[in-house]
Amino acid sequence: MKIWAIAGITFKEAKRDRILYLLFFFAAVAILASRVLAVLTVGDRVKIIKDVGLASISIFGVLMAVLIGTSLVYKEIDKKTIFTLLAKPLRRGEFILGKFLGLVLTIFVMTAGMSLIFLAIVYLHTFRIEWPMLVAIAYIFLELVLVTAVAILFSSFSTPILSSIFSLAFYLIGHLSWGLEALIKKMRPGAGRTAARALYTFLPDLENFNFRTEVVHGLPIPAGIYLASFLYGVCYTAFILGLAILVFRRRDFI
Amino acid sequence: MADAIRIENLKKSFRLGFIPKTREILKGISLSVQEGEIFGYLGPNGAGKTTTIKCLLGLIFPDAGTIEIFGRPHLSPRARQALGFLPENPYFYDYLTAAEFLAFYADLFGLGRKEKEERIARLLKLVGLERAASLRLRKFSRGMLQRVGLAQALINDPKLVILDEPLGGMDPLGRKEIRDIIVRFRDEGKTVFFTSHILQDIEMICDHVAIIVGGRIVKQGALQDLVSEKVLFTELTVSGVGPEAFRGLGEGVSVRGDRVFLRIAEEGRVADVLALVHEKGGRVLSLSPRTETLEDIFVETVTGK
Repeated sequence: MKIWAIAGITFKEAKRDRILYLLFFFAAVAILASRVLAVLTVGDRVKIIKDVGLASISIFGVLMAVLIGTSLVYKEIDKKTIFTLLAKPLRRGEFILGKFLGLVLTIFVMTAGMSLIFLAIVYLHTFRIEWPMLVAIAYIFLELVLVTAVAILFSSFSTPILSSIFSLAFYLIGHLSWGLEALIKKMRPGAGRTAARALYTFLPDLENFNFRTEVVHGLPIPAGIYLASFLYGVCYTAFILGLAILVFRRRDFI
Repeated sequence: MADAIRIENLKKSFRLGFIPKTREILKGISLSVQEGEIFGYLGPNGAGKTTTIKCLLGLIFPDAGTIEIFGRPHLSPRARQALGFLPENPYFYDYLTAAEFLAFYADLFGLGRKEKEERIARLLKLVGLERAASLRLRKFSRGMLQRVGLAQALINDPKLVILDEPLGGMDPLGRKEIRDIIVRFRDEGKTVFFTSHILQDIEMICDHVAIIVGGRIVKQGALQDLVSEKVLFTELTVSGVGPEAFRGLGEGVSVRGDRVFLRIAEEGRVADVLALVHEKGGRVLSLSPRTETLEDIFVETVTGK
């Protein structure tokens, strides 16, 4: 109940943020512009539209999660509304979970909005609803949920600007870390390989949520991969939220 | 009966600055607040009043010492359940209406729908905001925000209300209204712990006070024990008699028009002055003996003079 109360107020506050609508506007423009790109490109126009559209949903979704996620917890601390909240029988962990759920709801609504525009554009070209696109979008959403948790973790002890930089760095590292996996395969067994393996285990691999190429090109995906990616997302998010709660529980609100 | 608040040897220091430097804010605070009383916590800026309150509320963790609320550790859920708090210069979610704002805080206590609605209506009436229930907090004046803040502090019908500078920045009428509400809390059996810079207000309504200076409690006790009833001097205003007649009788003599203002240090000389005015055919316009006030004690304690 308390967590839902915090989630509700977070959603109300987030949906008032103009940055959210600005990003939504640019996302819509990017999705619509994919049609122009398709006209200018040689090849399958629909594939270009799908590729650019899904990439737009992912990038603008991440920007929304980072910018809103890093400012909302900080704002509560900066404006001291947290004083009256934590004076109530509300655990600090409940506060963090409430904030997280409110932000996830916001990101869900925004992703749904962007997806509707995207699916409508695709429909105009194919005259059918492309259901497999929803799979790619669902995993983009899972990735956004993880990025939201990361944004909350950083904002629980840092300023919005630093938290945004850290969260975007997490996103970039997450999309480049697969290179490390390729490197591990080519390394000889030994200390270096063990160290590289440990680093890869610790670093996020957000490519686990990227099913865009497979969906756009109609490539088959084994069911096990879906499940593994889903579990990876849920466990990593739970780990990051646990860390955020640990940090938040120990800090003083001066 | 357990004390509403019992603080023993509370210590807190912060490491602040780019090159962290330890600053000791609370240097061993001990105090107790009895159930059903209004307790005033005074001190100059930076003395540690708000830090004490934040420790009490679990917003910061003390380095040493114990805090109990109604005999329970201050962080226990049951202790929190009995507590209401209004911070200094409160900022609330300004896009909510007063009723929505209170409903949100009621949800944190898990109140049922009917109970919630009844309590919100009762509290808005108590703080005089029943007509502003559907107005967004953005449009509230400072006094109205303070009142809605007071209402949120009472949403759980707490036994203990902690108010940090509740009278700060309010006009005299608003101050009187908040003062009356605080006194009503005591009449309902609630305990009130509050800080204020406005000493007359504390003097008017508090049962006990503690004065904190530099992170230490330097004076505490019942107000009537701290403030003696000894007359410090008597102020007298007379007309119809020239100032030269009072030479040697009053300390400070000043004249405005035909009025003469006298300040008589010795209580025994007041009768002599009155007799003189009567003899010269003058009129006594006012006579006020000035006893020791909390402000005198506060200034004396803080400045050491």
